[in-house]
Amino acid sequence: MSDAFRKAVTANRLADGAVVYLTASGGWSTEIDDCRIAADEGEAAAMLALGEEAAARQLLVGPYLFDLAGDDGALRPARLREAIRARGPTTGSSLRFQAAG
Amino acid sequence: MYQYDVLDRTIVAERVSQFRDQTARRLAGELAEDEFRPLRLMNGLYLQLHAYMLRVAIPYGTLSSGQMRALAGIARRFDKGYGHFTTRQNIQYNWVKLEEAPDILAALAEAGMHAIQTSGNCIRNTTTDQFAGAAADELEDPRPWCELIRQWSTFHPEFSYLPRKFKIAVSGAAHDRAAVAVHDIGLHLVRSGEGNVGFRVLVGGGLGRTPRLARAIRDFLPKRDLLAYLEAIMRVYNLHGRRDNIFKARIKILVDSLGTEEFARQVEGEFRAMHEFGYAPETSPAEIARITAQFADPVHKRAEAGGETLDRQRAENPDFDRWVRTNVAAHKRAGQAIVTVSLKPVGGPPGDASAEQMDAIAELADRYSFGEIRTTHAQNLVLPHVREADLFAIWQALGRHGLATANLGLVSDIICCPGLDYCNLANTRSIPVAQRISERFADAGRQAEIGPLAIKMSGCINACGHHHVGDIGLLGVDKKDGGEGYQMTLGGRADEDGALGAIIGRAFSSDEVVDAVETVVGTYVANRRDGEDFTATYRRIGAAPFKESLYAADQG
Repeated sequence: MSDAFRKAVTANRLADGAVVYLTASGGWSTEIDDCRIAADEGEAAAMLALGEEAAARQLLVGPYLFDLAGDDGALRPARLREAIRARGPTTGSSLRFQAAG
Repeated sequence: MYQYDVLDRTIVAERVSQFRDQTARRLAGELAEDEFRPLRLMNGLYLQLHAYMLRVAIPYGTLSSGQMRALAGIARRFDKGYGHFTTRQNIQYNWVKLEEAPDILAALAEAGMHAIQTSGNCIRNTTTDQFAGAAADELEDPRPWCELIRQWSTFHPEFSYLPRKFKIAVSGAAHDRAAVAVHDIGLHLVRSGEGNVGFRVLVGGGLGRTPRLARAIRDFLPKRDLLAYLEAIMRVYNLHGRRDNIFKARIKILVDSLGTEEFARQVEGEFRAMHEFGYAPETSPAEIARITAQFADPVHKRAEAGGETLDRQRAENPDFDRWVRTNVAAHKRAGQAIVTVSLKPVGGPPGDASAEQMDAIAELADRYSFGEIRTTHAQNLVLPHVREADLFAIWQALGRHGLATANLGLVSDIICCPGLDYCNLANTRSIPVAQRISERFADAGRQAEIGPLAIKMSGCINACGHHHVGDIGLLGVDKKDGGEGYQMTLGGRADEDGALGAIIGRAFSSDEVVDAVETVVGTYVANRRDGEDFTATYRRIGAAPFKESLYAADQG
C-alpha cells in the first residue's frame, strides 16, 4: 500500500496562522488525524478546490496538497516538512500550536 | 542610550494605527493575501510553518532593561513564553496570531520599539559591535552613526523599494565583532594619516547563494560625508541593481558585474554631482552632537577592580574562573568589565530565551549595568558596563536562571538559524543538530582544551546562520534519498581577517554530521601548533588532512 496515491490538503488559518487540514465533512481541523485523504488525482483536485475556495473566503492562507505515506492504518506525511507542521518543532520542548480555547 | 523624540514616537504610533486598520481589513476579507502580504512584511510579520512570526527590531543591538521587560511581557502574553534572538541582533516570536499582531506592535511602541525595517526590500536594521561604547580596543563608539543611519533610512522614500533587502553594519574597534565584511555596506571607523577619524567603506559583501566578502571603495570618508556617500551608493544600486532575477538582485552581484573599480567610479561620480548641484544630504555637527550626547559613557561612581577578592573567588570556584575567562571581556575603563550572557546552554536551542530569563537579565542590567543590554549577532546577550567587583554576584545570579554557561566563542557557542523546525524556506533542521553538537561537547573542560572555535549552521542556502564564515560551516541540503543532508565548509571567518569557507566534500547525513564535526575538531587539535587557532592550522596544513580523516571510510 505504501506506493498508493494518498494526498491531503493543508493550509494556515488566516486569523492565527495555525496549521489546518481539510476534513471529510468539509471543515478544517488542526489535527492531521482528522484529514480527508484523496485516493486519486480527481479527488485531490476537488479537495484543493475546496481549499482555494476557503482561501478566497479569507478563512485560510496558501492551501496545497501534500503526500502521505505508510499503510492505511498508520498514514503519516511523506516529507519531514509536513511531519513538523503536523507535530510541531522537534527541538525537544512541547511547543505544539495550542488551539484557542 | 538613545531616547526616541516626539517625531520618532509619532511615526511609530502612526505605523501601529495603520497596521491595526490593515489587519482589520484583512480579517474582514477586504484585503486578499496578495494585497496584505507586503503590508505585513513591512511590519516584520511573516507566515511561517506553524504560525505567524514577528521579527522585532533592536536597532544596533542596544536595549534598555525596560525594553527587555516589554519583550518578556510579549513572550508571555502573545507567545509561548519565549523569544528567539537572531543573527541580526533582533528578536523573533514564533507563535504569533495575526489578530493579535497590532496589539503586539502597540505594546512595543509603548517601550519605544517596533518591527520596522525587519523585512522587505528596504534598508534593514543597522547592526554593530555588541561591545560598542565599552570595548577596550575601540577607536570610537559607532552607535551615534548607526542611529543617524536609522533616522536617515527609516521610510526613506527613495530606498523603500530596492531591488532586494539591504544590510549595513558599522564597527568602531580594531577587532571586527560586527562582521562588516559580509554586509551590503560595511563601515569601519578608522583614523587617517592626519589623525582624523572617518570611515573605511566596503560594499558588496553578503552570504546566501552567492557568498562574497565586501570590497573597499573608499579607504577614508570624512564623517560629515557619511549620509551623502551612503546615498550615492544606494542610488547606483537602485539604478543598476537587477529586479528581473531575485537571485541576482543583491548589490554584491552588481559589484561583481560592474567590477569594484567601475562601481566605485560611479559612486564617486554621484557623490560629486550631489555637491555640485546642491542636493547632498547634510549631517549637521549639531545633530551629531545631539545624538552622541545620548550615548554618553556611563561610569560607575565607585568602579572597583576585582583585585584580591576576585582572584580568591576565581581560585575557589573553578566554574566561575572558567566563565570569567570565556564570557568576560576587557572594558575601556579600569575596574569595569563586559559580560556576555550565553544563550547556548548544553542541549538548548541557540538564541532562545524564556520570559523569565529576559526579566532576570533586565533585573541584572538595572542592578549592575546602568539598565543597558546588548544583543549579539552570535545570538547572545551582553551586560556592557559592570564593575569587576560585581562579577561573582552576577555569575551567581545568572546561574540561578540557567544563564551562566561558560562557552563564549567555544565549540558549543553555535550560531544557528531556526531551520525546518520553524522556517518556510529551510531544507533541513538546524537547531536539533546544534543541540546534538553541544551535547557531544558538553564537557566544559574539553571545550576549554579545544579553545576558540566557531561552528555556524544554516538550514538552507539563504545562510541566516552565516555558515560560510564559520571555522566549521554546516549547510542543510536535501539528499537524493529525501533525507536531510549537511554540507560542510571549513576555514571561514567573519572578522577583519574575513574568509569564505571551502566545501570539504560530500554532504553528511543527519546521523553522520555530529561525528563529522568531532572528526574535524580532532584533526585540528592533533595538528595545531602552540597557540594556533583553527584558521591558522587550516591555512598551514590545508584541507587534505581534514578530508582524509572525514572520508577515510569512503576510500576503503
